[in-house]
Amino acid sequence: MARTARKRKSATLLLGLLAWAVGLLFVAPAAWMVLTSLHGEADAATNPPSLLAPLTLDGYANFLGSTSGASPIPPLLNSAMASIISTVLVLALSIPAAYALSIRPVKKWSDVMFFFLSTKMLPVVAGLLPIYLIAKSTGLLDSILLLVILYTSMNLPIAVWMMRSFLSEVPVEILEAAAIDGASLPAIFRRIIVPISGPGIAATALICFIFSWNELLFANVLTSTAAYTAPVFLTSFVTSQGLFLAKVCAAAVAISLPVLIAGFAAQDKLVQGLSLGAVK
Amino acid sequence: MAIASSAQTRPAKTKPAPGKKASLERAAAWARRAPLLPALIFMIAVTQLPFVITIAISFFDWNALYPNDVKFGWFDNYVAVFTDEALRTSVITTIVLTVVVVLVSLVLGLAIALLLDRHFWGRGIVRTILITPFLIVPVASALLWKHALFNPEYGLLNGVLNWVGNLFGFQAPQPDWISLQPLGAIEVDLIWQWTPFMMLILLAGLQSRPLDVIEAARIDGATGWQVFRFMTLPHLRRYLELAALLGSIYIVQNFDAVFTITSGGLGTANLPYSIFQTFFLAHDYGAASAAGVVIVIGSLLLATFALRTVSTLLKEENR
Repeated sequence: MARTARKRKSATLLLGLLAWAVGLLFVAPAAWMVLTSLHGEADAATNPPSLLAPLTLDGYANFLGSTSGASPIPPLLNSAMASIISTVLVLALSIPAAYALSIRPVKKWSDVMFFFLSTKMLPVVAGLLPIYLIAKSTGLLDSILLLVILYTSMNLPIAVWMMRSFLSEVPVEILEAAAIDGASLPAIFRRIIVPISGPGIAATALICFIFSWNELLFANVLTSTAAYTAPVFLTSFVTSQGLFLAKVCAAAVAISLPVLIAGFAAQDKLVQGLSLGAVK
Repeated sequence: MAIASSAQTRPAKTKPAPGKKASLERAAAWARRAPLLPALIFMIAVTQLPFVITIAISFFDWNALYPNDVKFGWFDNYVAVFTDEALRTSVITTIVLTVVVVLVSLVLGLAIALLLDRHFWGRGIVRTILITPFLIVPVASALLWKHALFNPEYGLLNGVLNWVGNLFGFQAPQPDWISLQPLGAIEVDLIWQWTPFMMLILLAGLQSRPLDVIEAARIDGATGWQVFRFMTLPHLRRYLELAALLGSIYIVQNFDAVFTITSGGLGTANLPYSIFQTFFLAHDYGAASAAGVVIVIGSLLLATFALRTVSTLLKEENR
């Protein structure tokens, strides 16, 4: 008995070490990006790599002051506005829709669910030209509003799916009891549904924010000077050569930072959301 | 298993008393539909209308560089699309890219999820650092791989090769990764980003397993492999399907990595990139729209297949 116990213990230790090794391997590129962003340009582009080079914030200063080209502040603000407003809009549209699909379901609710999901499977690029032409003729081209509309349509289907799963978890008995007690629909929402599905709503919001913040194709094609976003700003580094490696890495870190912070802070909710609410 | 327990959707609503007027019933149905309508109308307006316009444009010979020369061209554009070698290649590129990335990250994600399902010191930390690649903005990730890792002169990969070479006193090879394996380079970036996504979904699936049943199986003498093969895998099936479906939806449409790492060069142009190019570099609106229509039809075929997979998710719920 003692021997199997010891054997199991060493197996646990070994698999734990393996998990650590895999974890470190996966984070290594990201860690390298952070380290490079903290090196001077000359130390960043050496071969073999210089791990112990002195640290400096020059890369970030260059990025913020953007020694070559435009300042990153306007695109960061544009990204923040487009992502946050569209996330709010997605919630405003998806929560009532999910209510109609779960708590008091309309007839053929599953067909509606499939319709929403099927819009995600159509390649957005095939609708890009008409969107471009319509935006051009309505004067919406290069505006945050256009991005908000598109990001909302991009995230709404997934949000409806997620919200429906979360709202289905609200016990019917409580809702019926509240209705019998004469609570109005808004009151039921505020007092029962929102508190119970709060984590689900947060997960949905987080995922919509991440996908909007990351979006490149629409922003790249439909914005130019007034409304261009942080990912579009990053594409100005696509062809940049080694001279600016620290600056490129600083830009990549800085623009990923909002999502990284939000994602780390809400890991569990992220898991819940990613499985479309399939997991409690 | 929330899916199974959560719904049995709501119990059938009580039918209105026989004497009640039909109009009242209709009003109730509309009241029930009302909260759904804003989202539904919004989605139809923003996603379906453009496709209708795309279909219309696809029948015109329309190049934006010659705006006065727009005319109805019947199926000219479709003939051009089906005879276009580059477009056919990009269909294959899209399929290869999607299949490789989804399969590899699914298998890796499963292996890592199984590792993380065990108790060990620092499990929370390992999970946190594993999520990092998924949270990095895709363009940033592609730039990182392109400039900081794959670069033949100062990238980390060749840097490490060189360092090891110096250590053992030999001349390490210094390959130019991106021109050597252009599609492979894109795949590595995407696998790096999507493995954590797969891992998270599968880990959630693993942690929702009924442990008492597994315990019972172990007491009855089932080996670890038997438990995995006959209990864990069947339980994970839905999670595997969900992860593969969501991953495919996003990777089929990938634009960022192709645009950033190779700009569609060296045979890496996938469909989204090719259409982007036809629109905005060649300005051939008619041909690009026809390509778009063909892709939508292809996607619909795939989607029907994929939706059948998801429908098992919904059916289970309706038991």
